Amino acid sequence: MVGGGGHGLATAYELAKHGITDVAVVEKGWLAGGNMARNTTIIRSNYLWDESAAIYEHALQRWEGLELELGTDLQFSQRGVLNLAHDLGDVRASMRRLHANRLNGIDAEWLGPKEVAQVCPIVNVSPDLRYPVHGATLQPRGGTARHDKVAWGYATGADRLGVDIVEHCEVTGFDVREGRVRGVQTTRGAIRAEKVALVAAGHTSVLAAMVGLRLPLQSHPLQALVSVLFEPVIDTVVMSNKVHVYVSQADKGELVMGAGIDAYNGYGQRGSFHVIEHQMAAAVELFPIFAHARLLRTWGGIVDVSPDASPIIGTTPIDGLFLNCGWGTGGFKATPASGEVFAETIMQGEPPELARPYSLERFTTGALIDEHGAAAVAH
Amino acid sequence: MLLIGCPWCGPRGEVEFRYGGQAHIAYPEDPAALSDEEWADLLFMRDNPAGDFHERWFHTAGCRRWFDVVRNTATYELRPDTDHDR
Repeated sequence: MVGGGGHGLATAYELAKHGITDVAVVEKGWLAGGNMARNTTIIRSNYLWDESAAIYEHALQRWEGLELELGTDLQFSQRGVLNLAHDLGDVRASMRRLHANRLNGIDAEWLGPKEVAQVCPIVNVSPDLRYPVHGATLQPRGGTARHDKVAWGYATGADRLGVDIVEHCEVTGFDVREGRVRGVQTTRGAIRAEKVALVAAGHTSVLAAMVGLRLPLQSHPLQALVSVLFEPVIDTVVMSNKVHVYVSQADKGELVMGAGIDAYNGYGQRGSFHVIEHQMAAAVELFPIFAHARLLRTWGGIVDVSPDASPIIGTTPIDGLFLNCGWGTGGFKATPASGEVFAETIMQGEPPELARPYSLERFTTGALIDEHGAAAVAH
Repeated sequence: MLLIGCPWCGPRGEVEFRYGGQAHIAYPEDPAALSDEEWADLLFMRDNPAGDFHERWFHTAGCRRWFDVVRNTATYELRPDTDHDR
């Protein structure tokens, strides 16, 4: 397993659950120090298309039992997720998504501005805003989980079942003979393996390029920020695709906010300050009380954005080499399902039904799964 | 914020520009002759290196012209694209 983030650890855990414990997870940095430590921890399943609804809702159902399964507290909190609509186009797209969600058995409600203010009183629903709140969809079962605890929960679970987790071990090359992968070279020596799985988020393209595989991915910085500790003001999650704000409040009191991606490709794990400035301006307009909060810290993660804002899961032209990438700006919520379907893909040599639509071939066949609308982060 | 050297206007802040992605991707001479694989390659497949990247920028708030630069995607250092004619 190349990549010791949430998806890699979840995949290793799922493999071990099936009795496959001869697994090494190699991580070039420290355990779950990439996007797993940098996301805004939001969980929801209100995606538009059937393929997405199926996999994200499966993930949400796994989240609902995950603390019991892993035997550890994940601070999983179904505090509800609001997706705001700011103009007629937004309202129509939200309604369409809401009805699609209901047809797929996913909880979804429509709230007018007054109801938005009842659910989250600090949202400014005045019609005088530059982008007034015309309403919102609410997924009551959505919420957040503590990302570090999720990573450590999966790592502990995998470790207990016999998986090796090797930190500070960077893959520098692949051993490929006669069209089949035989192992990897790393900064800590070679590892022979019958199967190699790439699950390295923003760095997957760099690994794939080592075996001459070109992917439809572009790696962008995605920035997030937290405020200093603040009194409890928001007990739900509020997202706005239009003005690039998504916010929740950590148990300790920090406001956790995310921005849109930086336009350019980048691996620097930092982005441009004007993106944060833009995000803060929109956040303060939408939540006037945030003017009292002070910014504590901003950071960036490297997200692997695919052309249709949907992941790529499956086999590659090289036998024994598997891919799980392209989760872009929204992979955290999918962690339990991603690990499950990827483990099945690796075991069976082909993806299970939930993952089949996410093959690399869809870019040739044209069967794209366009989730730019429901991804809720502007690309 | 990146400081981007527009070949016509000089160094300007990133907010004046629009990003255009990978440079030097030519429109096919005979589009009708392309296979599905070739279309997928043209439309969706892009280089995504951690290092030097030839990319396009459009000076939206200035001269409104396209140009290419070479930017290191790990250090974010920019230099003019002298390997190709602009």
